[in-house]
Amino acid sequence: MIIEGRAHRVGDDVNTDYIIPARHKSRTEDIASLVPVLFEDLDPTLASRIRPGDLVAAGHNFGMGSSRETAPRLLRAAGISAVLAASFARIFFRNAVNVGLPVVECDTSQIADGDVVLVDLEAGSARIPARGVEIKAHPLPPLMLEILRSGGIKGYLEAQGRSVRRPRKGEDRV
Amino acid sequence: MAALTIAERILSRRCGREAHAGEFVVAEVDVMMAHDGNRPLVIDTLRELGFAKPRRPAQLFLVLDHAVPPPTAVVANIHDRMRAFAEEHGSNLLEEGEGVCHIALPELGHVRPGDLVVGSDSHTTTLGAVNCLATGMGSSDMALAAAKGEVWFRVPETLRIVLGGAPGPGVDAKDVAQYLIRRLGLHRSNYRSLEFQGPAVAQMSMDGRFTLANAAVELGAKCGIFPGDAVLRSWLEGRIEGRFEFVAPDPGAVYEESFEFDLGGLAPQVARPHSPGDVVDVGEVEGTPVQMVFIGTCSAGRLDDLRAAARVLEGRSLSPGVRMVVAPGSAEVYHSALREGVIETLVTAGACIVPPGCGPCAGIAQGIPADGENVVSSGPRNFRGRMGNPEANIFLASAATAAASAYVGAITDPRRLL
Ligand code: SF4
Repeated sequence: MIIEGRAHRVGDDVNTDYIIPARHKSRTEDIASLVPVLFEDLDPTLASRIRPGDLVAAGHNFGMGSSRETAPRLLRAAGISAVLAASFARIFFRNAVNVGLPVVECDTSQIADGDVVLVDLEAGSARIPARGVEIKAHPLPPLMLEILRSGGIKGYLEAQGRSVRRPRKGEDRV
Repeated sequence: MAALTIAERILSRRCGREAHAGEFVVAEVDVMMAHDGNRPLVIDTLRELGFAKPRRPAQLFLVLDHAVPPPTAVVANIHDRMRAFAEEHGSNLLEEGEGVCHIALPELGHVRPGDLVVGSDSHTTTLGAVNCLATGMGSSDMALAAAKGEVWFRVPETLRIVLGGAPGPGVDAKDVAQYLIRRLGLHRSNYRSLEFQGPAVAQMSMDGRFTLANAAVELGAKCGIFPGDAVLRSWLEGRIEGRFEFVAPDPGAVYEESFEFDLGGLAPQVARPHSPGDVVDVGEVEGTPVQMVFIGTCSAGRLDDLRAAARVLEGRSLSPGVRMVVAPGSAEVYHSALREGVIETLVTAGACIVPPGCGPCAGIAQGIPADGENVVSSGPRNFRGRMGNPEANIFLASAATAAASAYVGAITDPRRLL
């Protein structure tokens, strides 16, 4: 999977309350209607700058805090094509893969706001072609890659006959 | 046979082979919990993923706790759908007023030592106080768990947290929890299992252990597990039926790292706005004016916490201009606090009691602060906007510190009032 998009820079410890505040989340069951309040408590102007296909480049621990799956679903609804972060909080990481939002763990320190970044999920790499920057990414475990390739857990289950395959012993050691 | 940590032992037992840190396994779960606070609802995701019903409905607990009684028609309708689902499939429902999922579930005896528990809430780690592996997940993972009765896991590495020494009067488990966050930070434990050990743990009440296990997720961990011992055994008496076995680590189990902390002389700890990781000794923020105080939540809304608040407020009243909201963590906590006169003391001091549940913790229901207000909360999170208003500042502290601050009208070291 090759993804290309313009980066929006955010810092460390961006929590799921900042991605979508609970006061909005509980207001409605229509997630797409919440796109205008994405990142509201972090930067109220950010949502209006996001265009479909853009990506998010973050520091450490992106998605910390609550388990709300609304967070990655809303990022997808806003058209975010991938999130690159120095590290991810574990629940967000799983949720993102399940809803088909590509997540890339890599050193993001060289990515600036507005950079166009090219990501190769299988190869585990990211590039900023305009500046010739090459970044090595932490490859995703095979099972997560398979789920992402199917567009999320829903597509994966449809393709796999309604169950998650057993990881082979040793195969998924990362 | 390698020597295994508690997390490795529990996951090994549930996946049918010896599982080691770093491996991926599919494991059978014992208890599944989903509440009314997250969208999409687990019961909707179940259908979205193409499953008609839960595989083992009796192991699924639906809890109405985040917005109770419902503040809007949207929430009321969600509650109704959850009730209907539980009725149709034979799953369990914890009604409005039974309490916060992480407090009520173990109190009602639904969680046993050695269990593998998944919940649609990050603070599911709280249940690790019962010597089980409990972790939070999103709606899709939870729906899959409900449909299949099993879930994939990466077996976590384990960090050992060894606690020694005894904090003095006026300093409690909430202070210890915040101190651990201060020392370990928000990332170090990401994806790890924490095993709590040491002489201070042996001395700690179950209420205190729940508070510490609750903080595991703030530390970034997948779970936080307490040992099985006499304190846990006597707490479980009358709550769970039948035989159970504690899970201990094998001698020689491999820990990624061990951290030792001496709690002797620990000062009350306060997390400043807007991060649970920005923790300082109470002395650094003493005197900050306070307009609202909230005592409750899955972090520090148990009987120990309410008692600590009442001890501070006995014979005193709130400073003029301060409001205090108390949400007893569960119906059991509420009952006990009523019987002991704790509620009477708090109400006499001027507190407003709201129903057992999450209360104002997530800004969905009762008790939203006004613009520019400073709040002292015994809850686990203080992100900007957390309590429903991004213009408010939330300080996190123990119930005793919160109560002392309500009495003085400014952040106060409770040890001054004892
Ligand atoms: S009390 Fe607060 S942190 Fe705990 S489950 Fe409820 S909303 Fe979440």
